[in-house]
Amino acid sequence: MQMVAAAKMRRAQDAIAAARPYAQRLDRLLKQLHQSVDTQEQPLFAERAVQRVALVVVTSDRGLCGGFNSNLCRRVQAELGEYADAEVELITVGRKGRDFFNARGYTIASHHADVFSRLEFARATAIAQDLTRRFAAAETDRVLLCYSEFVSVAAQVPVVSQLLPIVPEEGAVEAADYTFEPGPEQLLETLVPRQVNFQIWRALLESNAGFFAAQMTAMDNATKNAGDLIEELTREVNKERQASITLELMDIIGGAEAVAQ
Amino acid sequence: MPMQLQIITAEREVFSGEVDALVAPGVAGQLGILPNHAPLMTVLEPGELLVRTGGDDSYLALSGGYLEVLGNQVIVLADAAEDVDEIDEARAQEALARAQERISSRETDIELEQAVASLRRAQVRVTVARRRRSTPHRSLSRQAQQ
Repeated sequence: MQMVAAAKMRRAQDAIAAARPYAQRLDRLLKQLHQSVDTQEQPLFAERAVQRVALVVVTSDRGLCGGFNSNLCRRVQAELGEYADAEVELITVGRKGRDFFNARGYTIASHHADVFSRLEFARATAIAQDLTRRFAAAETDRVLLCYSEFVSVAAQVPVVSQLLPIVPEEGAVEAADYTFEPGPEQLLETLVPRQVNFQIWRALLESNAGFFAAQMTAMDNATKNAGDLIEELTREVNKERQASITLELMDIIGGAEAVAQ
Repeated sequence: MPMQLQIITAEREVFSGEVDALVAPGVAGQLGILPNHAPLMTVLEPGELLVRTGGDDSYLALSGGYLEVLGNQVIVLADAAEDVDEIDEARAQEALARAQERISSRETDIELEQAVASLRRAQVRVTVARRRRSTPHRSLSRQAQQ
């Protein structure tokens, strides 16, 4: 199982790497547009007083992965404490997150089942579209994305990042005299939802890779623990056996001495 | 002098290499791009993307995206892009029929919008798939391997 997880993790890592060029380009495009557009007017940039907040919690469907899911869920719980006055809505991706919050009496607004068995971009879009639409309609004031970031095989870090409203990124890019077709405002308007789609996609990819890494580590630990346990138990068995042999020998010697007398 | 073309989706890099000309489905109509085009940023509609390298034409089915031209380099950020060889025509036809059905039995405006969008994507894929039979072409993905 460790080997299986390792192979799957490598594939998941490749998927992250494959998404990188798109991320870079999208990022540059957005920065470029930020320079020529006033984002105040854009519905997905609207900062409102937070009365309703939606949390998207990305966990795995399966277990046997150590503290991978519970670390994230606990991080989310802490985050929920900060929004005690607001109306909170939970959207779960992955069975483990749903089970965790269900067991603790939270209501889950919607659950996306079976995303990881066939991970494709369309799934991310489906999740994102609903969020974007509801935010634009002012049905939620803030959307947070909670997932485990794949830092390395040994480390998956729970992350809570703000998905909406979009925080305009600072940073200058070399300015070129672009022709915009249609205008920069309309361009940004269509580009921003794609950015949201992509962020969800990235969260799914990171979680997926992180899950397999966690599973791999968990299985490795389990194998090592089992090895230690076997060693310890074998020693115990040997000790017991030795003790019983000694006892028997003493019996025999004692008997023999009694006969000799 | 050829220009650099890069076609990327969120899932993978579809193509990267030198090409001579490009015809893309822009929002304001077909958009022809030759080397040394002025800097441009535009939205692409679902449609066919024609790539010309040497004397060979290749077609890709695009389902919308962006096109950026800067310094003899063209970047297509596609929502999805499929090479002629990657399209299963039968499946595309099926999707087309499904979308048509959904349009005729529409219930809400949002559904209609989605149905129209998937209809257009399906149409594009069918058109591109037919290219395989009617016109001589080369597969972009195969070209990239060479």
